Amino acid sequence: MTALLALLVVPLFGALAAIALSGRAAGVAVWAATLVTVAAALALVFPVGPPGIVTLELGGWAPPLGIALAADGLSVALIVMSALVMLGAGLAAHHSIGPAGEGGRMAFGFWPLMLLLWAALNAVFLSRDLFNLYVGIELLSLAAVGLVAIDGKARAYAAAIRYLVYALAGSLLYLGGVVLTYAAHGTLDMGLLAARSPAVSDGLALALMTAGLMAKTALFPFHVWLPPAHGSAPAPASAMLSALVPKASFVILLRLWLEAMPDRASDGALLLLALLGVSAVVWGSLRAIAQTRLKLVVAYSTVAQIGYLFVVFPLVGATGGDLTFRSDAWNGLVLLILSHGLAKSAMFLTVGQWMNVTGSDAFDRLRGLAVAMPISVFGFALAAVTLAGLPPSGGFTAKYLIMTAAFVSGQWVWALVMAGGGLLAAIYLYRPMAALFARSAPPETITVSTSRQLVPLALATASIALGFLAAGLLEMLPSGLPGPLAISGEGS
Amino acid sequence: MTGLSLYALTGAVLVGFGIYGLLAKRHLLRRVIAFNLIGSGLFVFFGASAARGETVDPVPQALIITGIVVALSASALAVGLIVAKARVSGRALLPEEDDDA
Repeated sequence: MTALLALLVVPLFGALAAIALSGRAAGVAVWAATLVTVAAALALVFPVGPPGIVTLELGGWAPPLGIALAADGLSVALIVMSALVMLGAGLAAHHSIGPAGEGGRMAFGFWPLMLLLWAALNAVFLSRDLFNLYVGIELLSLAAVGLVAIDGKARAYAAAIRYLVYALAGSLLYLGGVVLTYAAHGTLDMGLLAARSPAVSDGLALALMTAGLMAKTALFPFHVWLPPAHGSAPAPASAMLSALVPKASFVILLRLWLEAMPDRASDGALLLLALLGVSAVVWGSLRAIAQTRLKLVVAYSTVAQIGYLFVVFPLVGATGGDLTFRSDAWNGLVLLILSHGLAKSAMFLTVGQWMNVTGSDAFDRLRGLAVAMPISVFGFALAAVTLAGLPPSGGFTAKYLIMTAAFVSGQWVWALVMAGGGLLAAIYLYRPMAALFARSAPPETITVSTSRQLVPLALATASIALGFLAAGLLEMLPSGLPGPLAISGEGS
Repeated sequence: MTGLSLYALTGAVLVGFGIYGLLAKRHLLRRVIAFNLIGSGLFVFFGASAARGETVDPVPQALIITGIVVALSASALAVGLIVAKARVSGRALLPEEDDDA
């Protein structure tokens, strides 16, 4: 309970303190807030009381009067992953951007925005109220847009404005759905909505909310804002934006379809989501293959990896028959989100370090770095193994679980997508790897110390370790697999 | 009931104006205004929907006020970014739209 509150309140106060204080005090406040929030996230994994879904009714008011926060397995997994990524990005930014209160424009803006982003992420992962979620993703978008614009160049402003246009359009679509839902049912709590009597406007409301969230998740064909935005932001910001921000709107989508309105999750609707996911995997990968700048390869790879998440919808949303495969698909999905987040943040941080050394992320400038900076290149390679889904990484275990579920359910075509996407990832990651390992004179001065290179390596190692530890981790957490759908599944 | 329809239609017209502005106008400040029109249209409908029962439901008012605060922050950030971009590049348009503007 205290941990849930700390996850929301501490980063918010940290952000305010980072603006109000100056000099060393600001730095101390930022790191105090960061460490307390990380501790609060870990406290959710090892709860003091009996394991189960931790809930908190704000002010002691139960829904529909009040707003409830709940940390199920999905929430806890995402909150802990966010904490790890934030810690890594913070350590990297401490050197590359400068400590809070002691740098220029970038250092002044980065730390409050990072903490605001973190508070918004935790709020989205814990909320079950559609309007609360609206405020959460709006705060998230505004902080993310600020991070994209932070370096103050014309290209960054253009990328930030384009991102903001998509984010605002997405918010308004989502808000339209929320208004229709409230007008029809008089509640916005997901638990109460699941037990509602269906109304005519539900389909339109769900469609509006889904379209809005797809724009914010950067699902194909709403992905065009993502590569310039993630490519323009400074590396630690890109790490957070790519690893965490699309996951927030995805989690809302997942909960909407499976938890709040499972009765509307018809086979056709889930198939459409999955087909958009397949298009994202194919298009994102092809675009990634065509890039000549590493940061854009990594950004387009995010477009492709987001596609995988949507491919799982028909498996976790299946109804009727033997549904034992659903929990495999669900665990695979959670693992996929985690391993992508850890691997992608590691990749952006390594690319940032190389850009510090060589001044560019063009492939031909990366030649010979494997000799000069072996630790960060090893980190990148480990992250690439996870993204391509090779054993023994978290990405492999995730895809293995999803493919097993696909074969058991008879929807084997999704297994082909998982395997084919991995092959495409191997192709688009081959060229940067080939450049890194090329026999060539490395840059003369290496300005990135060994300890700094260890930060992305730690994140990448975590994404690999997920492959071994997956079973244990998933048993520790209460499953986030929504109940109502399983019940309706048994009934039909 | 006629009152509710009137509000719903007003809201729909506002949303329609907003969508037109978003699609037809390239200047970024006009787009910000278009977003605000869409938001206002939604809020008008939302506020009117509070009157559908015997007693007026106070929750939409609270949500609308929150929504207005959110819309105001987003507009402020958008205008700030547009001004900053215009100072750097001299134009308040998105890049690929510069040529044919």
